[in-house]
Amino acid sequence: MAATLRYRPLNLARWVIWGTTALIMAVLPIFFTQGFAITLMSQMGVAIIFTLSYNMLLGQSGMLSFGHAVYSGLGAYFAVHALNMASKGQLWVPVSLLPLVGGLAGAVFGVLFGYVTTKRAGTTFAMITLGIGELVFSCSLMFPDFFGGEGGVTTNRVFGKPFLGVTFGPAVQVYYLIAFWCLVSMALMYAWAHTPLGRMANAVRDNPERAEFVGYDTQKVRWYTLIISAFFAGIAGALGVINFEIVTAENVSAVRSGGVLLAAFIGGVGFFFGPIIGACVFVYFVVALSDHTKAWLLYLGMFFMLMVMFAPGGIASLIMMQVQLVARQRFGRIWRHYLAAGASSLLVLAAVILTVEMTYKVSVDSSGGTLMKLFGVEFDAAAAGPWAVAIGLWIVGGWLFNVTRKRVSQVYGEIQAEFQQGRP
Amino acid sequence: MTTNALQLEDVRKSFGNTAIIRGVNLAIPKGERHAIIGPNGAGKSTLFNLISGRFPMSSGSIKLNGEETGGLKPFQINRKGLSRSFQITNIFHNLSVFENVRCAVLWSLGYRYSFWHRLDSLKDTKLRAEEVIDSIGLGHLRARPAGLLTYAEQRALEIGITIAGGADVILLDEPTAGMSRSETANVVELIRRVTAGKTLVMVEHDMGVVFGLADRISVLVYGEVIATDTPEAIRANPAVQEAYLGGLHKDGPEDGHA
Repeated sequence: MAATLRYRPLNLARWVIWGTTALIMAVLPIFFTQGFAITLMSQMGVAIIFTLSYNMLLGQSGMLSFGHAVYSGLGAYFAVHALNMASKGQLWVPVSLLPLVGGLAGAVFGVLFGYVTTKRAGTTFAMITLGIGELVFSCSLMFPDFFGGEGGVTTNRVFGKPFLGVTFGPAVQVYYLIAFWCLVSMALMYAWAHTPLGRMANAVRDNPERAEFVGYDTQKVRWYTLIISAFFAGIAGALGVINFEIVTAENVSAVRSGGVLLAAFIGGVGFFFGPIIGACVFVYFVVALSDHTKAWLLYLGMFFMLMVMFAPGGIASLIMMQVQLVARQRFGRIWRHYLAAGASSLLVLAAVILTVEMTYKVSVDSSGGTLMKLFGVEFDAAAAGPWAVAIGLWIVGGWLFNVTRKRVSQVYGEIQAEFQQGRP
Repeated sequence: MTTNALQLEDVRKSFGNTAIIRGVNLAIPKGERHAIIGPNGAGKSTLFNLISGRFPMSSGSIKLNGEETGGLKPFQINRKGLSRSFQITNIFHNLSVFENVRCAVLWSLGYRYSFWHRLDSLKDTKLRAEEVIDSIGLGHLRARPAGLLTYAEQRALEIGITIAGGADVILLDEPTAGMSRSETANVVELIRRVTAGKTLVMVEHDMGVVFGLADRISVLVYGEVIATDTPEAIRANPAVQEAYLGGLHKDGPEDGHA
């Protein structure tokens, strides 16, 4: 069976997937016209490039980096200075090609720092990246001329004469610029995974010793991979400059490095499209949720913990599990149980939100009274009633979720057992 | 005088104060099938690790086709035409059988660290990989992740990865370890087929395999080669019988290796 696998139809599917992706990116601003939605999508585009570049290290090459923001951040700083010089006429670089400046800066620092970090793999690599991250962050405070000190470096993306009516003033023009670079970067990073270097990066991830005994210097494989990854991180950094028109020390900070790790894990590092999903979810948490609640970081942390505990392969692996069930015609047997588990998990979610928001109101935000509004209902967070509701939701939701969750894993186990026995 | 495929001169290796390899001399001519036998703890695997560059020697000289390889890294020695297998299966678990073998042919076909070639467009790597997969009898499993193969299949893949790069000196570390009798017979056939015309050095516990395959045998005891000769002469050698073959009968042939 396996030997007769055909690869031609897959190539067609690939064109369909990339074409659809491009189409979706092109039409999104037509449906989401508010300024907020455009900004959100622009940030998602930047995050997709950054997270995919990160996963070249983590998922593809087995390198856990705690300092990837160094490359996007330094790329951003070089891009912002290039943009300021360009607007003064000291340098010729159009805004549309600014990402290349960031990418090259990222790659140059990839050459420098990567030479040191990739000498070792595993935990040692992770520790050195942490050190380099701290080093660059402290440099950003030591050299205010380049890094702009506390206030950062500001810029203006609109300068010179418009080219074919494009000034990059309106947010939607910036969105399309980001979408273009996002699509190109995605395609290039996907292509990289299917080159000799990309495949040997997988081999080095799986078994570095064996890679040495088929003729490969594992340090070089890691180093070259890191340089390419840093290039794409720099592109993301420069696009962030165009989007926000400011770069601060936060761009090279450990918080930013940790964020991309979270995004990659949430999406799933085992599949190419995992980090794309992860980046979108992460940006949604950071941008959209932070508008609704002060406790957004708490929700993000809880979500991350749940993912690591119950779906360590991320959202992508959950999707691929369903694809397998659909492809082998078992989905009809399990979707009702999914529905039940989903409904009961909504009860638990309501319990979480109610508890967290009331706690916030009472402990942090009570200066203006303890009256609050949640899901369109107004109530007093200090009263006993709402707390009783929360406790009730916890008990009922928790019990229902536990029952339905067990049912799902039981049915899923049965189906997997059938696959094991080789039934179609 | 023709150069030997492998030439070891007074090779020594100590870990701390413990001498594991204590002055090994060995000359293996091109095209020979050479077996290294000896009791557990004699240093056979350590010797392989020295030859393949996994550990540095403490002193001595190792020449591959007349060229000194002491102090070189494993990948440098591999590029000079020496390839090895491992006693404990050492494959790329998450990659398919096909990808495992393709990884093993990339360097030898000159693709190095290329990120400008598309793998699937490289006909030569595909052909070479297919050829190797067919020769190790895993053609029907080419798309299966290597981690899901049976033990015997993984051992065959291990040999496939070892020979795929076209090295002319092949080191096999206990290729039949842990196999049933019929599986062992298959592997012997496989080794004979894929190492035809190459220099083969192997460490092996199964005396049937050793005496069936080897042109010459070296006996390693406590880090020293006590005899190197043809199978018949080794069988007749009283010192060998005393040091090794006799002991083997007392302990049982399958003793000590999992």
